[in-house]
Amino acid sequence: MSKIKVNKLSKIFGSNPKKGLDLLNKGMNKAEILAKTGMTVGVNQATFEVNDGEIFVIMGLSGSGKSTLVRLFNRLIEPTAGQVLIDGIDLVSMNQEQLREIRRKKMSMVFQRFALFPHRTVLENTEYGLEIQEVAKHERTQKAMKSLELVGLKGYENKKPDELSGGMQQRVGLARALANDADILLMDEAFSALDPLIRKDMQDELLELQETMAKTIVFITHDLDEALRIGDRIALMKDGNIVQIGTPEEILMSPANEYVERFVADVDLSKVLTASHVMIKAETMGITKGPRVALQLMKERKISNIFIVDKKQTLLGAITANDASRAIEEGKSLEDILITDVPKVTPDTVLNELYEIVAHGSIPVSVVDENGRLRGIIIRGSVMGALARNGNDDNENANDISESNDNDIDRDNIKHESNRNEVI
Amino acid sequence: MGDYIPRIPLADWIDSLVDWLLLNFSFIFDKIADITKGFIGLFVDTLTMLPPLLLIAIFVLIAWWTSRWSIAIFTAVGLLFIENIGYWAQMIDTLALVITAVIVSVVIGMPLGIVAAQSNRLQTIIMPLLDFMQTMPAFVYLIPAILFFNVGVVPGVFASVIFAMPPTIRLTNLGIRQVPAELIEAADAFGSTRSQKLYKVQLPLALPTIMAGINQSVMLALSMVVTASLVGAPGLGAEVYRAVGQIQVGRGFEAGLAIVIVAIMLDRISQNLYKK
Repeated sequence: MSKIKVNKLSKIFGSNPKKGLDLLNKGMNKAEILAKTGMTVGVNQATFEVNDGEIFVIMGLSGSGKSTLVRLFNRLIEPTAGQVLIDGIDLVSMNQEQLREIRRKKMSMVFQRFALFPHRTVLENTEYGLEIQEVAKHERTQKAMKSLELVGLKGYENKKPDELSGGMQQRVGLARALANDADILLMDEAFSALDPLIRKDMQDELLELQETMAKTIVFITHDLDEALRIGDRIALMKDGNIVQIGTPEEILMSPANEYVERFVADVDLSKVLTASHVMIKAETMGITKGPRVALQLMKERKISNIFIVDKKQTLLGAITANDASRAIEEGKSLEDILITDVPKVTPDTVLNELYEIVAHGSIPVSVVDENGRLRGIIIRGSVMGALARNGNDDNENANDISESNDNDIDRDNIKHESNRNEVI
Repeated sequence: MGDYIPRIPLADWIDSLVDWLLLNFSFIFDKIADITKGFIGLFVDTLTMLPPLLLIAIFVLIAWWTSRWSIAIFTAVGLLFIENIGYWAQMIDTLALVITAVIVSVVIGMPLGIVAAQSNRLQTIIMPLLDFMQTMPAFVYLIPAILFFNVGVVPGVFASVIFAMPPTIRLTNLGIRQVPAELIEAADAFGSTRSQKLYKVQLPLALPTIMAGINQSVMLALSMVVTASLVGAPGLGAEVYRAVGQIQVGRGFEAGLAIVIVAIMLDRISQNLYKK
């Protein structure tokens, strides 16, 4: 369901925006229009939807129009053309009073440089949105205190903003935006002015808050890592155009064009991709079968170990080919040779945390969901393959590393085909 | 040149404008004169009624409360000195003149400054007007001031206001324009009305700058006291004027020094007032 719908939204800065619009419609680009008329295209006919309850990230370098775009949402900048529909109602055609009502009740904003009022205390800052709606003093204090508590600033309410650190100031900014309980949160580079460690904390906290609040968040950033971390979907902007919209995986794995490709080229994939991205289908069999069946299966598939699951796909353990053949000689059952302490990770473990586990185990790492079911396995080759993205010069290396596992995998296997485990 | 374009009769125009104003609006000028005179009379009467020592004590307390103790000591010594040389009554007249002029400047100037800050067009209209007010020699508007308000303290206040008001307008405008754009955006983004934005964000943040403007107005009003005495305003300025007329160097210096003492006192107090 879409909360915000943007329809051919354009902004042209300059003396004669209508003329600029005509030129845009004729297919001229930002640079050509600037050269010809001296006008700047801020946003060029953006069309997209933001779903209810999602974090929609608008990303681009400075000058790409992302900050302009977010200001068109609440008309801090007046659009030149197009529509912004909030819950189906067009914001652009509203009069000032209607617009004010939307700003008060439906949309709150968090600013890059916090934009706290220096002459007001933390509490008074947080109350601001309610104060101008003339909410009774008692009620607004109560609401403001609640949102300060939410962002972890209880006890600081009587401080002035300049007595707080940057991270804490932005918490006040967030608390102020949350206090009037708007459905939509516009966050303009909200964490960009913070140092990296604090920034990461704030991202985590935002995600945590979002679990319970389920606001519709439009988040502007120039930081791809940040976009990938918090975005449910990402819109990439360049020169006022939206170049690609998609989930973080889509942007990373299938860039729409060369620009996006270059943009994502130096992403640290190990912090973005998770176990579920790199796991491959696991070879499994039921516990009731004997060691002979197991050995036979492993021979057929040219693998050195096999995972044992019950009927519900719950992972019981693994057995190796060596153990299986020994068991046949000694007449043991599968239970006797079952290795139960196999390395396990959850599907959303990031690659960064997988390296060590993958490197040290002799058995592939199993990916197990919260119900204990086996979703797939991870072998060294697939981790390296994913990091190297689609086909490049790392091919041979990847093969070298995967050798020790005997698990020969094709590059094409790396992708998302994990959930088709069959019990044999 | 003069052969082709006849001399522009500017002086005639101004004369007829003043005549027209006098003919049609003299009741307004009379009203203004009455109110101003009444206010100043009340002010002077009240301060004269108090024993000088009590008044000195009050000033010292104000100075001590707003500024450093050194200013308080200066105020005490300075006012005792003025009392001692016998210029007490004149000082009160001057104080009344200056404070009245400043009040009028602030009451008219601050709203004008606020208005000028709202749009660039208004600013471009108002600014040259302010330049005109500050650079046109004061004597020039003293002449119509006498016609409008008669001789006495009222044309003195009029002249002082014209000269002293521009800094209040300028710095109110500047202070509001200097509020960071981001804070204005924040105020807008939360749905503030224009007046909410003004009273809750712009004016509080512009206050230090506005106070600097008012401080300037105080000083400029003080610098007008001698000029004001030319049209009959009583006070220390009149003493200076008289000393000049009679070439009495010593008396002139005494009265001048008294003005300096009042100036420093008012300057320091008005500079620090907003911090309270």
